[in-house]
Amino acid sequence: MIDIENIKKQFPSLDQMVHDKPLTYLDSAATTLKPKIVLDTIASYYGKQYSTVRRGLYKLSENTTIAYETCRRHVAKFINAASEKEIVFTSGTTDSINLVAASFGRKFIEKGDEVIVSAIEHHANIVPWQIICEEKGAQLKVIPVNDNGELMIDEYKKLLSDKTKIVAVGHVSNALGTINPIKEMIDLAHEKNIPVLIDGAQSAPHIAIDVQALDCDFYAFSGHKIYGPTGVGVLYGKYEILEKMPPYRSGGDMIETVTFEKTTYQEPPYRFEAGTPPIVEVIALSSALDFLEEVGLDNIHDHESELLAYATEKMLEIKGLQIIGTAKEKTSVISFVMQEAHPHDIGTILDSEGIALRSGHHCAMPIMERFKVPATARVSFGIYNTKEDVDTLIKGLHQINSLFDVD
Amino acid sequence: MVNKMGYPEKEQISKDLMALPDHQDKFKYLIKKGKNQPELNQEFKIEKFRIQGCMSKLWLHPQFKEGKIYFSSDSDAAIPKGIAAILTEIYSGLTPDEALEFDSSFLKEVGVAQHLSMNRSNGLVKLYEQIRLYALAFKSLNRG
Repeated sequence: MIDIENIKKQFPSLDQMVHDKPLTYLDSAATTLKPKIVLDTIASYYGKQYSTVRRGLYKLSENTTIAYETCRRHVAKFINAASEKEIVFTSGTTDSINLVAASFGRKFIEKGDEVIVSAIEHHANIVPWQIICEEKGAQLKVIPVNDNGELMIDEYKKLLSDKTKIVAVGHVSNALGTINPIKEMIDLAHEKNIPVLIDGAQSAPHIAIDVQALDCDFYAFSGHKIYGPTGVGVLYGKYEILEKMPPYRSGGDMIETVTFEKTTYQEPPYRFEAGTPPIVEVIALSSALDFLEEVGLDNIHDHESELLAYATEKMLEIKGLQIIGTAKEKTSVISFVMQEAHPHDIGTILDSEGIALRSGHHCAMPIMERFKVPATARVSFGIYNTKEDVDTLIKGLHQINSLFDVD
Repeated sequence: MVNKMGYPEKEQISKDLMALPDHQDKFKYLIKKGKNQPELNQEFKIEKFRIQGCMSKLWLHPQFKEGKIYFSSDSDAAIPKGIAAILTEIYSGLTPDEALEFDSSFLKEVGVAQHLSMNRSNGLVKLYEQIRLYALAFKSLNRG
């Protein structure tokens, strides 16, 4: 059993008043708050040990490079990659997916080919593929979703064909919380030798990831959603695929030799890390992983599952409230609509109670269309949330109903 | 500078809101204000009159009659609808010059301005800008 009160104390930003009410933060699916260990690393690196990486011969740079590359090994271990050479630092999940769509797409996608995504993807796992498909004259195919917000695997099987060049699917839906059966989906694609990219932005903070067991070809996630800094993300790619991919962006540090006639490129992962990387953010990401490992992803999963069950039960007691996304396998995300109050109203009214939650289309407009709602309100839990937070939310939702005269 | 003095109906809104120090009462007032406003004619609920950037649907329809501007508005969300109703009520019946010079700072005092934030999911700041853009357009129309 984990001591949540002790964990909460590690998050200084939780200790603040919003509209004269204590902050109740229920938007961790958008971004998590930061524990002190991450803040301390950032302050300490910018404050003293700061210098460039992989360029200087001097001691300071050497130390920073060691810290930076140690983080790469740490990330590799965290997701059980076969080698740290399979870990590319990016600016976030969006950047990771754009990298694969642009680089893999440029090399391997041709006219008449197909790319498969699902109907519950975040725009970041739709638009980069749309762009490369448009450029190449390829087609985007979409796995449909059932009324519970679960992917229809039989339909997915039908979409897989000789034309499919890649499958790009989220591990967990940001708007609905659905956990997709990615192992099965990867295996099905591999039967036809189709590589699979997993958008792990919403899974990495909740589920222990083993890329070798999953056998995925790419796995992307963000630092800022796993208690780390903004501006840093990870792209895992199988080395033999990364090796075949051309550079995505070009500049310093990704080259081997440059002449005006021809430039040769570094091996992965450096080939994909042009320019000065987010040095301190990468090192602080390692501290976020330390935090996650200390608390334990299994403990996090248990705690959040308990909150999900408690909140779901309490929310369903509220008259006229409908939960959108009722998959059997879910992370701690609850998207909902109310009888009278629009999600915009819900967000505004709860804000006045110090409650931070997301309202809108969650960068997943096709899902809103699918469930015929203009938008939803969404609560999402992190490790620092408690049943008291849920109670505060429930009280706020009752207040909304009373404002709108819904008994 | 045109201020709220001299516009009794605008003073009334200000007074009403000032008398409601509690968030919940303010919301109740805004919701009621929106409900009491006549619904915008369906023919005006089109993209042309839609305020973009708001997570709820928000429409603003302008009219220019005898040198004065008249606005009507609607939204599928109650609080934006109420705020839009207040803004359109304040700005309707003014000449373009009066509208452009109107001191709307009292909105801040009465706690409505917080809803006119820069957050991109909140189109109310765009509603306010659009009102002023229409005023500018009608001003040049008046001259032309």
